[in-house]
Amino acid sequence: MMVLGAILLAVALVVAVVTMLLRRQLREKYAVLWLIIGAAVLILGIFPQLLMWATVSLGFQLPANLLFTLAILLLLGVALHLSWEQSQAEEEIRRLAEEVAVLREGVERLQGSVDAASAAPTDPADGSDR
Amino acid sequence: MPSSLADLLIIVPAWNEEGNVGNTVREIRSELPAAHVLVVDDGSTDATAAVAKAAGARVLVLPFNLGVGGAMRAGYVFAQRHGFARAIQVDADGQHNPRDIVSVLEGLDRADISIGARFAEVGEFSARGPRRWAMVFLASILSRVAKTRLTDVTSGFRAANRHAIDQYVRYYPAEYLGDTIDSLVAAAHVGLTVTQVPVAMRPRQGGRPSQGALGSTIYLLRSVFALMLAIMRRPTGPTSPGARA
Repeated sequence: MMVLGAILLAVALVVAVVTMLLRRQLREKYAVLWLIIGAAVLILGIFPQLLMWATVSLGFQLPANLLFTLAILLLLGVALHLSWEQSQAEEEIRRLAEEVAVLREGVERLQGSVDAASAAPTDPADGSDR
Repeated sequence: MPSSLADLLIIVPAWNEEGNVGNTVREIRSELPAAHVLVVDDGSTDATAAVAKAAGARVLVLPFNLGVGGAMRAGYVFAQRHGFARAIQVDADGQHNPRDIVSVLEGLDRADISIGARFAEVGEFSARGPRRWAMVFLASILSRVAKTRLTDVTSGFRAANRHAIDQYVRYYPAEYLGDTIDSLVAAAHVGLTVTQVPVAMRPRQGGRPSQGALGSTIYLLRSVFALMLAIMRRPTGPTSPGARA
């Protein structure tokens, strides 16, 4: 029963990730990690004795303890990675916002001088220096 | 003291300051008619941009609130693009007296960054408790980093020459306190020199004053944290001889 559950979980995970990749809703750099996790769950589901062997050789009391430890470490890693990506993205957005503000000012000025020029076409362009 | 002020950009970061920014801009313009005034509207929800424009300033409108750090970096990007040789930051709330702009600029004759410092024997300025400790602590550490005596490192009244503008465009942190402390440490790390000029601060013309005891303690802790990070950070950008971490 447990074995079946693990296999189903792994297959569902892999299918979900691949579907999102195909729809371009998930970037590859995030997908790799989830595919690895899916593969690991699948392998442990098919060969539960592998989990037993790892539990004994790593000195864990119960297989569940090993699973929980692995899961916590993994999720920590994922959360940290996402925080890092989020910070990067935020900085990029800030740069863009500053850029947009500078460009917008320039466009409005240009628009102003274009309007002034078309209102009085005979005037020479007024010499705004900067 | 350079004679012309046409190469000077006065950057006024403003966030929901429609009550003050008009007066501040008019005051600056009557004091220094030759200089260019740029108000950076930091995602205000009120009429800050319109008021500033009506008062005769050029206005950068940020699409959303970035904090003082983001607003200032936008201002420095503008200064760099338009080839200004010097830029000075002046608060929109009227705390900085436009009369002092020229004296803060004179500091640029001997350094790349000039800070208009409160309570450097001019005017009265009172800060007590944790806030005072934070200021003294920050000043003593930063004096060491910048190798010159600084007393008011969180002052937003500061001028920059072309080297400092370039450095700020490369690296002007948006974090809390980053705009004052971190930017200064980073500038010192790449070998820019810093000096300070005593100025008197005026009370805010309107709006809310600063926080109470709990707020001051949090301010102290955050500023210490920000400073530690700033000092441990590697220098960014090209390093001049004599810079050290």
